[in-house]
Amino acid sequence: MQCESCGERDASIHYTQIEKNEMQTLHLCEQCAAEKGLQPGVHAGSFPLTDFLAQMGRSGPEAPSSGPCAFCGLTLDDFKKSGRLGCSHCYVTFDAHLGGLLRRLHGGTQHVGKVYLPPDPSRAEQQERLAGLRRKLDRAVQSEDFERAAQIRDLIRTMEGAA
Amino acid sequence: MSDNGFQDVGLGWLEGSGVHSDIVLSTRVRLARNLQGHAFAARVRDGEREEILDLVRAAVQETALSGGAGYELSATPILGRRLLHERHLISRELAGLAGDTPPLGSGLFMDPQGGVGVMVNEEDHLRLQVILSGLRLHDAFHRVDELDEELGVQLPFAYHQEYGYLTSCPTNVGTGLRASILIHLPGLVLTKEIGKVLQGIGQVGLTFRGLYGEGSEVVGNFFQISNQTTLGKSEEDLVEHLQKIVGRVIQYEMGAREILMRDAPTVIEDKIWRAYGLLRYARSLSFDEVMNLLSGVRLGMSMNLLSGLRVYTLNKLMIFARDAHLEQAAGRPLREAESDLHRAAYVRRVLATEGDVSADAVDAQDDRETS
Repeated sequence: MQCESCGERDASIHYTQIEKNEMQTLHLCEQCAAEKGLQPGVHAGSFPLTDFLAQMGRSGPEAPSSGPCAFCGLTLDDFKKSGRLGCSHCYVTFDAHLGGLLRRLHGGTQHVGKVYLPPDPSRAEQQERLAGLRRKLDRAVQSEDFERAAQIRDLIRTMEGAA
Repeated sequence: MSDNGFQDVGLGWLEGSGVHSDIVLSTRVRLARNLQGHAFAARVRDGEREEILDLVRAAVQETALSGGAGYELSATPILGRRLLHERHLISRELAGLAGDTPPLGSGLFMDPQGGVGVMVNEEDHLRLQVILSGLRLHDAFHRVDELDEELGVQLPFAYHQEYGYLTSCPTNVGTGLRASILIHLPGLVLTKEIGKVLQGIGQVGLTFRGLYGEGSEVVGNFFQISNQTTLGKSEEDLVEHLQKIVGRVIQYEMGAREILMRDAPTVIEDKIWRAYGLLRYARSLSFDEVMNLLSGVRLGMSMNLLSGLRVYTLNKLMIFARDAHLEQAAGRPLREAESDLHRAAYVRRVLATEGDVSADAVDAQDDRETS
């Protein structure tokens, strides 16, 4: 199959997107896909985690810290073998290795979901949490889920009252 | 931990309510959470798992799960663990079915109605989950989200400014959310369109697997479809995306069924009635056989070719005709051949009492055949 964009090279990337409930598949060569900012692999169905892990640390001579993690003792090799991290500190210890991996797995690295508020929050954490709740409220109102919107609004009021 | 029977725990999702419950059996949403200050499952120290279970047990008392069922799985008899696994409430690993008994500290807490629960010390310290009947993704997320709010104010969850909720496996980090639906797609399998649909699913950030989760095989044309990525999108967006795609898959399935009835109505009707006949009268049935026959009967019910059957009856058979449930009913362990006899007897009994298809359907078919 030929690339639908340049019509010259073989299409090796088949990118399906859904817009306004219409499923559309683009057949592109790697070069055209890259120009359109469609990274191969990001939306693929299966992620052989070990393949990604095997590629880690090949990034160059200035390879950053490979542990072991000061909190749990996990080494980068342990992680490559098992695909499991040892503790929350591992995300800091192996940060330089994880960014690329997370991008390939998820297509991004920035969490945009719920903002967590720990049991004894700092003022900044409270503000961030409030901002997250307001975003949530907006989404509930947009989707006309007013019962949920009311719950979130009550939660916001309680938090603002306590602050 | 309170001593609990297993009679009805976690079976609410069988009721057959909810949108498209003839095609979508259940909706499940789970959130992976870990406790700050404790190593994850792979590096946890001796005694730490029990500490974590104690912390969760105490926190659970202040939530909607208070007064519900609780199981310390290392102290739960093997039959109980098998029952919980057959009901999709605990993973194979947590049930200790891979060989060993579950390690100390493995637990499950369920709310009194049995829809919402927490697995403790699985791959992550906490796996909050909810299972509902039919296609109810938003409802399911909201319920598990409420439990997350209640637990989060008591337990310090591991959280990172950029990466969100931290999990043992990087494939779950961010929202920690896995939403999945269990869907019955016989039309797409029979028209051989299923491969294309599953491939399409893979290209839009979703994944599919068999009935009992990762690595399990596809039996009875039942598929689990779930989100593949967990980071970079909000919980609502992940759920909404799955909802949209599942809607499309249902449309494809309905289209396939129309084609089957247009091109091969007698073949399909024969398949459905044979499946019903075998379930209704056979004397020995393996579980896989039951699942495949139930697939035919479910298709017949869904297409109004068999009347007088309820979704609940078919859902119930999928769980209560499994080995551990048959053993519980028999009150003793069963050998494989014995199991098949008990299974057939159970299915016959259920269909005789609540699955007697009406004579109208039979007559209607006869009229058509002879006219």
